[in-house]
Amino acid sequence: MRLLKLVPDNTNIGFVRLRFWAFGLTALLTVLATLAVGTRGLNLGVDFVGGLMIEAKFQQVPVIDKVRGTVDSLNVGEVSLQQFGDPKTVSIRLPLPASTDEGATNAVVNKVKAALTATNPDVVFSRYDTVSGKVSNELIRNGLLAVFIAVLAIAIFSWLRYEWQFGVSTFVAIVHDLLMTLGFFAITRLEFDLNIVAAVLTIIGYSINDKIVIDDRIRENMRKYRQMDIGALIDLSVNETLPRTVMTSVTVLLALGALLLFGGHVLQGFTAAMMLGIIVGTYSSVYVSSSLLQALGLRAENFDRKPASPAGGNAERVTKRER
Amino acid sequence: MNDFPRWKIWSIILVLLAGILFAIPSLIPESTAQRIGIGGLPRINLGLDLSGGSHLLLEAQTADVAKQRLDLMEDSVRQEVRRASPAIDIGDISTANGALAFFVRDPAQLDSAVEKVRALTNPVGVTGQRDWNVTVVDSTKVTMTPTTAGMNAAVENAMQVATEVVRRRIDELGTKEPTIIRQGDDRIVVQVPGLQNPEALKSLLGKTAKLEFKLVDLTADPTQVAKGIAPAGSQILSYPSNPSGVPFIAVQRRAIINGDELSDANPGNDQQSNAPVVNIKFNSAGARKFARVTQANVGKPFAMILDNVVLSAPNINEPILGGSAQISGNYTVQSANVMSIQLRSGKLPVALKVIEERTVGPQLGADSIHAGIIASVIAALAVVIFMLLTYGRFGVYANLAVIINIFVILAVMAFFNATLTLPGIAGFVLTIGTAVDANVLINERIREEQRRGRNPIQSVELGYKEASRTIFEANTVHFISGIVMLLLGSGPVKGFAIVLLIGIFVSYFTAVFFTRMLAVSYLRRKRPSVLHI
Repeated sequence: MRLLKLVPDNTNIGFVRLRFWAFGLTALLTVLATLAVGTRGLNLGVDFVGGLMIEAKFQQVPVIDKVRGTVDSLNVGEVSLQQFGDPKTVSIRLPLPASTDEGATNAVVNKVKAALTATNPDVVFSRYDTVSGKVSNELIRNGLLAVFIAVLAIAIFSWLRYEWQFGVSTFVAIVHDLLMTLGFFAITRLEFDLNIVAAVLTIIGYSINDKIVIDDRIRENMRKYRQMDIGALIDLSVNETLPRTVMTSVTVLLALGALLLFGGHVLQGFTAAMMLGIIVGTYSSVYVSSSLLQALGLRAENFDRKPASPAGGNAERVTKRER
Repeated sequence: MNDFPRWKIWSIILVLLAGILFAIPSLIPESTAQRIGIGGLPRINLGLDLSGGSHLLLEAQTADVAKQRLDLMEDSVRQEVRRASPAIDIGDISTANGALAFFVRDPAQLDSAVEKVRALTNPVGVTGQRDWNVTVVDSTKVTMTPTTAGMNAAVENAMQVATEVVRRRIDELGTKEPTIIRQGDDRIVVQVPGLQNPEALKSLLGKTAKLEFKLVDLTADPTQVAKGIAPAGSQILSYPSNPSGVPFIAVQRRAIINGDELSDANPGNDQQSNAPVVNIKFNSAGARKFARVTQANVGKPFAMILDNVVLSAPNINEPILGGSAQISGNYTVQSANVMSIQLRSGKLPVALKVIEERTVGPQLGADSIHAGIIASVIAALAVVIFMLLTYGRFGVYANLAVIINIFVILAVMAFFNATLTLPGIAGFVLTIGTAVDANVLINERIREEQRRGRNPIQSVELGYKEASRTIFEANTVHFISGIVMLLLGSGPVKGFAIVLLIGIFVSYFTAVFFTRMLAVSYLRRKRPSVLHI
């Protein structure tokens, strides 16, 4: 049986040569993403802005304007409606009632339920969340803190394990990935909630994983070919790891594709973010982080100053031979 | 390098077998597990988003605690100075700015006043600090300021009691396996699987529930009562379920019995009419008081008051001497039950406010599990086929590793009684993907080494050696982000992180050790001259 090879053997693509084009494209996309986040903002879920969310599942696809009219007529504040992948499921978001009384929120929920049931007798309310402003502020803070610290910790790790250039290029590449993901959410208006923070952290993890694999290969080659020009060396390393990069991305995308298609509407935004993140992360490993290493002046001859840390699995080292 | 002594092989196999064994209980329904005698093994818990149910985050209004302490201290100070001999004459007692202050009229009594009130304070912790600071201002004024340590201890105490009361009240609802845990200094998380309508729960939790028994003031003029005017010594309270239709009632100000003297309240049925009733029981002090009051007031009603709202005002039919009474009236089975809960659950030392609430219907939960399982199976199948097509024999090894990986992750989760949430399932699917990455790294490296002209044994050896280093580094980074998520993330982020962290360790083990064992034994048995990879 002939085995499948997604990438032919011994590719020699001049990634580094294309880097100015890639930098241009990257800069353009980054600006666009930043603009999108800046102007349109994110469609933050109740987790982050506080408020209440009722998820209603209709038997037939409902007329959204009618649903809006029904809820509007109750005078319970500005309503925002969103359909998930399944058009029969509508999420109804409302601000929390001004009264801090325990019963006030319940009253709103019951009013909405009653009004919708009156017009659509077979509606089912499958979920509802209420989050107070206090909690949502904490959730925002924790979410931002988690992302920030994860990025920082990983950049520091790369710096300590390798050269400082690796730390910087990794950091820049991750910030790029993050901006792209946020831009995606700003443009698609997908709801940005706590689950998405998990997705964002996973994107970071995956993207770093990718960069570590290439960085590790660059480091290995730097030791092997001390005299090689760094551009050629980076090209060689990226090309050598290309089969793995493509293979892994395709496998993970296969798994996520299954989740996107069959995993139910609750996880859709989550999975979409993750798929995008993997594409963006793979791209940034090759173009942003690797090419940046050259721009930052990484040179092979500097490398032997720093001995390989014994902490790493099977890094080369000499030990007494046992008999 | 490619040395696998027998003990190593057996220990790898043993770990994997144990993993599969411990995964089984979580994969089959609980009833089936019990039937085949493994019901006692740990299972993975399902999060509320999968099982359906309600999640509430309650926050204690700790300002209440400060106020209560102040009021209580004011009361004690008044009693203490009155009881002193000679009585100490104080004035202008005030509780402004969170501190208690009063004047001592006779300067000669100042020292004994300070001594008396100092005796009212208590040491906190081991530092010798006391819960109140007593100071003298201008030689006439005594101020008592609560110390931070004292406040913290009081809040802590109130939270312990509140958690217990919440637990008791929820147990009363008869729901299965509620989770009630303290979070931080002033919060309680309540999770009740299967609960669909948390309103009953919330109304039970929201109450501070100050329970009192007072005599109804029969001398009050009904027209005056309707206007809200009470006779001297009485007060008008709301009585929503008053059979007369007027939602107010006049009761005597003085309580005859306090809620904490009630030891039990249960719904029951009247022995003759079989109508639903509420049976109540007092402790010995309460029983004595109740006996005295009922003897003197046969034929008159008394009011049971919860948080200044009259729940019921039954007539005293006869003197009740034993401390047990039966309240009958227009109860339904349900209202008798609610009434007993209200009477029984006692007083919350501090008001709790719901600051976050999430409810998932059982249908959505079931749909999500269903979708998650289908997605996982399809994802796994796609990956398995893809790996097989790409790496042949080594793809089979990788697939075996991934399948065992899944079982062992489930086993570890069950062993730690971890909770599987929806983002957890997503983490699971991702783990399948990254576990494959480890195998891809190894196999690509073997391909590469063979392309460089190395023989199969060298290729496999170098492939594992070089790839292991990369996998280790990559997993370290994954581990860092997983730890950050676990420590800083809330709810769903945590659920995701747990699966991710467990997955990292398990996939490292299966990819690096397990597949290597298979590859090495293949090389030994067949001694291939060329690797088909």
